[in-house]
Amino acid sequence: MQTSPVSRVVTIQNKQGLHARPAEMFVRTANQFESKIQLIRDERRVEARNMIDLLTLGATHGTRLTIEAEGPDAPAAVDALAKLVEEVFPQEDAEQD
Amino acid sequence: MKFSDFICREAIRTNLEADDKKTVIRAMATSLLEAGKIQQKDYDSIVEAILKREELGSTGIGRGVAVPHTKHPSIEKLIGTVAISSGGVNFDSLDGEKVHLLFLLVSPPERPGDHLRALENISRQLRDDMFCRLLKQSKSPEEVWQLLEEADNNKFSP
Repeated sequence: MQTSPVSRVVTIQNKQGLHARPAEMFVRTANQFESKIQLIRDERRVEARNMIDLLTLGATHGTRLTIEAEGPDAPAAVDALAKLVEEVFPQEDAEQD
Repeated sequence: MKFSDFICREAIRTNLEADDKKTVIRAMATSLLEAGKIQQKDYDSIVEAILKREELGSTGIGRGVAVPHTKHPSIEKLIGTVAISSGGVNFDSLDGEKVHLLFLLVSPPERPGDHLRALENISRQLRDDMFCRLLKQSKSPEEVWQLLEEADNNKFSP
């Protein structure tokens, strides 16, 4: 099946950045989909299902990342991951303060 | 950030015997205590905080590596240590693999950027298969330190 990639730019909004716990949540969410999913920071492109790769991005608060998915459930995958980054990750700030 | 910026050379251990998370984390915190990087009065609360963090989700990041960590108000500068387990530790990692290489980090609460840069450095270097394998096979703290220095000098990952 021919599909074209779906992508969306998101901004890391939690103060701690994309550290281990959000990275783990990202992988778990990505694993719920069939599509190939990548996370892009500037010229660097990593697999969304690889926690070590995600951590290499060193994405601090304010970093803009592009989520790109290609496959049968690409739009849903991008929706879910964007929501995770922009709505769920910031909740940890509230929990810690 | 380089390994030498945060890894305490005197606290490196290559002889972990326990195969459970709790005992291994205690042993690593003890090595920081013995190296004078954390104080006796803070030991229990640091260990407890690291274990509590593990309950939120394993810090087993894959490739047989874990990065147990916490923030602690007694710490002024990010400090870490490395431990090797030849038998493997049950860490509930995402990929289901046992952990053979551990980086334990304790950071000051108000410096999330430093912690993230340490994680970035660890994960970037560990993408190199050779570095990852050699570290896991290290038999002495000196060997580990030498590999970390080589990594700092860009011998492995670009």
